[in-house]
Amino acid sequence: MLSRVADSVYWMSRYLERAENVARFIEVNHNLTLGDGDELSQQWEPLVYITGDHEHFSERFGAPTRDNVLQFLAFDRENPNSIVTCLERARENARSIREVISMSIWEQINKFYHMVLAAAKAPGVVYNTPSEFCERVKTIGNTLVGMTDTTMSHGEPWHFARIGRMIERADKTSRIIDVQYYLLLPTTSDIGSTLDVIRWSALLKSTSALEMYRREHGRIVPAAVADFLILNRYFPRSMHFCIVRAQESLRLIAGSHTGTFHFRSEKIVGRLRSELDYTHIKDIVERGMHEFIDDFQTRLNDLGAAIYSDFFLQSEAT
Amino acid sequence: MTIDYAPAGTGYDEMFEAAGTPRRSSVNFVDRLASFTPQDLIQRQQRAEQTLHTLGITFTVYGEDEGTERIWPFDLLPRIIAGQEWARIEQGLKQRVHALNLFIQDIYNEQRIIKDGTLPAELIHSCASLRPQLIGFRPPQDVWCHISGVDLVRDGDGTIYVLEDNLRCPSGVSYVLENRELMKRTFPQVFEGMSVSPVEDYPEQLLDTLLSCAPAGVDLPCAVLLTPGIYNSAYFEHTYLAQQMGIQLVQGSDLLVRDNRVFMRTTHGLQRVDVIYRRIDDDFLDPTFFRPDSTLGVAGLMEAYLSGNVTLANAPGCGVADDKAIYAYVPDIIRYYLAEDAILSNVPTFVCADSVQRDHVLSNLDKLVVKPTNESGGYGILMGPMASQAERDRCADAVRTNPRNYIAQPLLQLSTVPTLIGDQVHPRHVDLRPFVLSGKDIYVMPGGLTRVALRAGSMVVNSSQGGGSKDTWVLRDRSLRTAPHIATAEQKQSQTLR
Repeated sequence: MLSRVADSVYWMSRYLERAENVARFIEVNHNLTLGDGDELSQQWEPLVYITGDHEHFSERFGAPTRDNVLQFLAFDRENPNSIVTCLERARENARSIREVISMSIWEQINKFYHMVLAAAKAPGVVYNTPSEFCERVKTIGNTLVGMTDTTMSHGEPWHFARIGRMIERADKTSRIIDVQYYLLLPTTSDIGSTLDVIRWSALLKSTSALEMYRREHGRIVPAAVADFLILNRYFPRSMHFCIVRAQESLRLIAGSHTGTFHFRSEKIVGRLRSELDYTHIKDIVERGMHEFIDDFQTRLNDLGAAIYSDFFLQSEAT
Repeated sequence: MTIDYAPAGTGYDEMFEAAGTPRRSSVNFVDRLASFTPQDLIQRQQRAEQTLHTLGITFTVYGEDEGTERIWPFDLLPRIIAGQEWARIEQGLKQRVHALNLFIQDIYNEQRIIKDGTLPAELIHSCASLRPQLIGFRPPQDVWCHISGVDLVRDGDGTIYVLEDNLRCPSGVSYVLENRELMKRTFPQVFEGMSVSPVEDYPEQLLDTLLSCAPAGVDLPCAVLLTPGIYNSAYFEHTYLAQQMGIQLVQGSDLLVRDNRVFMRTTHGLQRVDVIYRRIDDDFLDPTFFRPDSTLGVAGLMEAYLSGNVTLANAPGCGVADDKAIYAYVPDIIRYYLAEDAILSNVPTFVCADSVQRDHVLSNLDKLVVKPTNESGGYGILMGPMASQAERDRCADAVRTNPRNYIAQPLLQLSTVPTLIGDQVHPRHVDLRPFVLSGKDIYVMPGGLTRVALRAGSMVVNSSQGGGSKDTWVLRDRSLRTAPHIATAEQKQSQTLR
């Protein structure tokens, strides 16, 4: 397939996943603030930290009020990671590869974009009841993943779409753990309290992991939550799961046998995967959660750069 | 809904002979339409437009700030053409495109038509789209204009005229296919028992045409569609055709030339390209050959082309045959190469390069339409009767300064078709662009793109200037469908046996 097309499929998929994750963050945070008058009720700032754009935010909006944060995360066209910007870019990418994706995918992305544009015209409604809007974004996002699986041949373009989605999802799950872990752990006095359970549940909910976690571990225990979201082999939003799938797609695209590689990107993802395969949550906690996640994100960035030079940048010298 | 308007005065209406009297080809449709309420039609019309919106079937308006994408208005009431009339049009189009192709080949090779004095040499040499670099070149299968769009109009007296030939990158065919799809989705009932000729096999025919003109000796040719990119006004069409044909949609930056061969950059290295359906103008194809500032093209492409290693469709230099001053000579061109009279008439045309004709034009500017010879899309046209004196003066100056650049034609009274405007039906002016494919054979898509001027009284149908489109139905003649030849042969046989 054309390198440019592979690049666009990959980014289309990443932006769609990013938009969905931003909606997840907003929705869960909103639920947390609904508690009656405790100190969580005004917590909108951590959301800005999750997306990594806090400097950009405080420069332009100042105080992290609910309305400011929601405007910034959902509808701000100058925020490169807002839902509307993500959809605009996903759609631009989809537009340049309309002949590769199925008609129904294009149609759905187009509807998605128009839905968000319409919502942006009446932001007050979204500020007051973010859940409904976030639910729609999540549902359409999931519909698109389903359509990609059921209407697109599982050949090269599909694998590039999956790699994009998996890298983006791994990155977002890692960010949400990073921020929430930092916020949650210091309040040791709360451990085991109702409030603590609510906060940790919220973390699981934002990754749609609560029910699956309960089946696996039952009671909410911080280390088990981190284990579930980082290392679980079967939960589709865990970092480990995403890396395994990304590696699988890369290997199929490159045509390498298991355990071997042709490209640098395969090597990077392979090392990362093996480490996650054999890491225990205790190792991570001992080393420091933040350091672990920081390193993980750096390596995801390396992986992205390597994919770019291995597949998207076909120089004359090829 | 009953259509009860009276066709406008002297004009010709495609659906009605007179108020309340549909033409024979439209009787069934008008009957069928009467069983729907106006509300029902309006709802379907809205649903059709909503569908266009969600499908993202849009075009780009240049020079507009607010949102570059717009949907192209679609009208639910089709334009209907009788089978018999179409048979003649189809023959006329084949004849015309065949002759134009021979003409281009001759111009770039022997130039017999000039040497024989049928066409003034000056006319050819002054033609802006002549590509002298191609002199002596013969493309695969000797085909130059693989895809042509020939604009037809019907005047008040009912005569069909050729208004212009588009041989460079004619666009609009995707709308024909989408309009049919849209009609079937939103208004399926009207098709029942109508025997409308299908248009859906166009992408297949186009792919056949492209592959049949691949460079000699290539077993499984690889064809691609070259687009200027997502900001081009016809980008939707490029993606649509590439998708329907199952070929790669490439941009200039996806291609490169090495050793005079064209390759595309893929995730698995370079892959050879044999046929390029290019939707980029000649000027931008190759910065080392034509315009050096082009960022859309591919360096070295023309050398590869001239070496016979890749086919370009349409061939560079085709524009020499759709220059509007040459247009005036097409009936002569047909007679010269085919020894036949043109089946389809030209609109009477005054060529300003000729001093006698120019004087006539300059003293009748208030009655004529003046057109630049090397433009398309309705840009730069003076509609004399509607223009102000200042506009006419400016036009007269332009004609005097550069007469070769202008032709003039009488203002035609374009035919009308009933069109839904609000909750009523009104006559609106239309033209027709059929599409003709030339490969080993010539294929004419039944019907074509009917463009409609949505403003009352307007004759300007261009999408960039307030036009919309309609589905175009070519009815298959019931008498023809029963295959009379076979029946007659059998009868004769049984007669002799008896």
